[in-house]
Amino acid sequence: MALERSDVEKIAHLARLGLNEADIPGTTETLNNILGLIDQMQAVNTDGIEPLAHPLEATQRLRADKVTERNQREAYQAIAPAVENGLYLVPKVIE
Amino acid sequence: MQWETVIGLEIHAQLSTQSKIFSASAIAFGAEPNTQASLVDLGMPGTLPVLNAEAVRMACKFGLAIDAEIAPHNIFARKNYFYPDLPKGYQTSQMDHPIVGKGFLDITLEDGTQKRIGITRAHLEEDAGKSLHEDFHGMSGIDLNRAGTPLLEIVSEPDIRSAKEAVAYVKAIHALVRYLGICDGNMAEGSLRCDCNVSVRPVGQAEFGTRAEIKNVNSFRFIEKAINHEVQRQIELIEDGGKVVQETRLYDPNKDQTRSMRSKEEANDYRYFPCPDLLPVVIEQSFLDEVRATLPELPVEKRARFEREFGLSAYDADVLAASRELANYFEAVNTVCGDAKLAANWVMGELSSLLNKDNLEIDQSPVSAEQLGGMILRIKDNTISGKIAKMVFEALAAGEGASADEVIEKKGLKQVTDSGAIEAMLDEVLAANAEQVEQYRAADEAKRGKMFGFFVGQAMKASKGKANPGQVNELLKKKLEA
Amino acid sequence: MHQFTLAEIARGLADKQFSSEELTRSLLARIAQLDPQLNSFITVTEELALSQATAADARRANGESGALLGAPIGHKDLFCTQDVLTSCASKILTGFKAPYNATVVEKLASAGTVTLGKLNMDEFAMGSANESSHYGAVKNPWDLTRVPGGSSGGSAAAVAARLLPAATGTDTGGSIRQPAALTNLTGIKPTYGRVSRWGMIAYASSLDQGGPLARTAEDCALMLQAMAGFDTKDSTSVDQPVDDYLAALSQPLNGLRIGLPKEYFGAGLDARIGEKVMTVVEELKKLGASVKEISLPNMQHAIPAYYVIAPAEASSNLSRFDGVRFGYRCENPVNLEDLYKRSRGEGFGAEVKRRIMVGTYALSAGYYDAYYLKAQKIRRLIKNDFVAAFNDVDVILGPTTPNLAWKLGEKNNDPVAAYLEDIYTITANLAGIPGLSMPAGFVDGLPVGVQLLAPYFQEGRLLNVAHQYQQVTDWHIQAPAGF
Repeated sequence: MALERSDVEKIAHLARLGLNEADIPGTTETLNNILGLIDQMQAVNTDGIEPLAHPLEATQRLRADKVTERNQREAYQAIAPAVENGLYLVPKVIE
Repeated sequence: MQWETVIGLEIHAQLSTQSKIFSASAIAFGAEPNTQASLVDLGMPGTLPVLNAEAVRMACKFGLAIDAEIAPHNIFARKNYFYPDLPKGYQTSQMDHPIVGKGFLDITLEDGTQKRIGITRAHLEEDAGKSLHEDFHGMSGIDLNRAGTPLLEIVSEPDIRSAKEAVAYVKAIHALVRYLGICDGNMAEGSLRCDCNVSVRPVGQAEFGTRAEIKNVNSFRFIEKAINHEVQRQIELIEDGGKVVQETRLYDPNKDQTRSMRSKEEANDYRYFPCPDLLPVVIEQSFLDEVRATLPELPVEKRARFEREFGLSAYDADVLAASRELANYFEAVNTVCGDAKLAANWVMGELSSLLNKDNLEIDQSPVSAEQLGGMILRIKDNTISGKIAKMVFEALAAGEGASADEVIEKKGLKQVTDSGAIEAMLDEVLAANAEQVEQYRAADEAKRGKMFGFFVGQAMKASKGKANPGQVNELLKKKLEA
Repeated sequence: MHQFTLAEIARGLADKQFSSEELTRSLLARIAQLDPQLNSFITVTEELALSQATAADARRANGESGALLGAPIGHKDLFCTQDVLTSCASKILTGFKAPYNATVVEKLASAGTVTLGKLNMDEFAMGSANESSHYGAVKNPWDLTRVPGGSSGGSAAAVAARLLPAATGTDTGGSIRQPAALTNLTGIKPTYGRVSRWGMIAYASSLDQGGPLARTAEDCALMLQAMAGFDTKDSTSVDQPVDDYLAALSQPLNGLRIGLPKEYFGAGLDARIGEKVMTVVEELKKLGASVKEISLPNMQHAIPAYYVIAPAEASSNLSRFDGVRFGYRCENPVNLEDLYKRSRGEGFGAEVKRRIMVGTYALSAGYYDAYYLKAQKIRRLIKNDFVAAFNDVDVILGPTTPNLAWKLGEKNNDPVAAYLEDIYTITANLAGIPGLSMPAGFVDGLPVGVQLLAPYFQEGRLLNVAHQYQQVTDWHIQAPAGF
């Protein structure tokens, strides 16, 4: 099931990646090559096999409910592209 | 056509932990923007989540309280979407393996009957930050203090059939999470938020209609209004030949209407997958046993006990059990006075109106349970009448005495039970109203009833309400018939 | 001084043959002189290095000791270093002076190491040639027209060129072992969870693991000893004591059972590399090891599974790079969507965008089961293969790479061809087991690496085998001409 231009545009939108118009055909072709490689998986019989998410199959450790962080806003916002009054600024959010 | 409403609710309860679900930041409400946003909360590159034990414990408490199965293995997943209040570009939530499975909650309807509402699941997740829309040169400001606050999302079955039922259900959840001490229930601050899935169908039809989701309705009153409005909108739409579209809508309390949220309309594809930074959470039976042992008596159990033990009506029991604090107050009054019915009447009557008037919570009551119980004791032993008791209560509320006894003593409100004194007083009343006495004696039996009330009133007035009403009745009758 | 290994530096500093400051100044000068040919550094942290060196000298003067006290190293530029640019070799992290240190950086600093700089890499560790860096390709000191491997290509080139005795790297599908093989170094990818990932900017969270690249197994042991250990800040970190890797080095190899997976010696392998691998086998036999052929039947499925799992995790991990709180932001965004799309479109390079799109697609509605879930099932098959194999053998041995270092630009237009280069290394990441690559000789003047794999937490065993081999061979001592 080869991707078409519209699929690539949809994926790029989901991932919020701006693509150059001129790059789309090349990207589509490369992605199809990669999917061709990936699709070799489909030949493998995995009936009855449980998926493996973490190699060690360990379990989650829990943290005691304590506040140990202190305010470091100035340091953290020193590297932000746009801040004002302690807020991060973004183009208007419309709900 | 007759329509039936079908409602399912998703309630987000902020868990009252000290720190966030995946970081050690504070979650206090109202802090300066971004002062409670740590590296993890900001989604800084290279940072990793570690799960808060208390959030897990609180979720388990809730699960046990609704008789749900707690998943021995539950898994966090990432819900991927871009939004400026979502710093990592995904929300860490639970999808296929929530911590709390199927359970139920019994609610009491207005007519006192009970209805069981199914709860599909409850899962842990992190809250997002906030976008502030004041004008920053045409930009929005992002505050990530709330990002990472632990939430328990409680999803009901579509078992609810009216806006009133929906409110009863949310109230029951509200009471429950407060009983359990896992959420402060402060809806104004967003500690408990509700999304309402609403659809209508012709009565008798088995399939559900298309539903619309009303997001973030944040008060009991608005839940009722928003649902009623949405039901009306859907019925009118269908009856006009239109179709309900599956969409997210916002309720505007100012205009009392819902409107479509166009920005979230585009088909979202959240690409859920297990969060690789978190491992499966294992809940041991021994842990659950330990949590179960810490569960308080729950509203449903308390309600049943109030009916059984104290002979209260279903309605009274429901009102008194609605909050743990109110129930505790009531029980404390009862312990002092030993009369549950009187205690219930006073708590639900005078005390409630007093609190309502001054907008106070029960734990801020100016009259303590000991004071109220002590006062009821004096009603029971005929020291004061019910009418005088209201004066005593007001005096206690005004801080005019440490106890009912002190107020009664200080104000001389003690009931007169000495027959001699009452007779003397009655003689004066009758002498002062000789004309009415004549008329009474001339009247037939049917009319006398009403006229008798006049003399009682005059007598009570003359005694400033202190004469024992039973004795007044008895002696007055004797004298008039004499 | 630049020829010294970490172990030799430790002795030299202990014997006061030179100070850390002298050593540091000498290496900084060498970097300034030679790195322009290699492009292995993104940032040289001269000031930090000199202050750490003088501090280390002072600690030593106060009677402190420690194998790494005063030892100069470098960090792959995806380990967060406080107030120092941490770029992941990406434009999108322009200006990102990390507000904190990675656990690995902290641990090495408290052991007394001196950070000479931040090393070039494939952008976001995606690549096996170090050509996808926003800061330009890194060259292989053995042949400046060839790639050093990736993604820890800057770490490998710098250590191979004797600009540094050792460096940190990360390995998601072979990113320590493959560049080590192509530049004649020893590099180890520990068991998943052995080294903390806190502050190590994620590519694929369930596969990423930090580790060292150095010239000898002994130096890798010294580095790993300081890097490894439980970290409460990383939920996937393993709470288990760290073995004494140095003590493990000297164990004799008598009775060592080596497995040679037949799948590692089939089609696709440069036969000359295969021959070199067999000479290593012969040498190890002389040291007392026994050898048997084994099978890892699902190895061939590892590449497709890996190229689903890694991009899927990456597509989500890289969502936080949105131009809002740090890093690159496009100019004059007209609205929110424009901010996201242009910041990310302009900030990420082609290979990163490709992998984000592959991952996004693999996780999208309707494809999840066929891709992501299927890949995770194959992942279990691969793990099962290793579990079964390690019933019969102590270590598994084979080539690290199917080919020698290739020419710069040779595989640029064919990502699939580049992905196939990972065939021998990615299984260890999928299974989470430790793997090591060590020098095994040269073909046409280019280094060949041999890979050793062991059961979970057997890093000590891998270092032991490599160290014993390095006691009787001198491949690892060879330096590239001109360096």
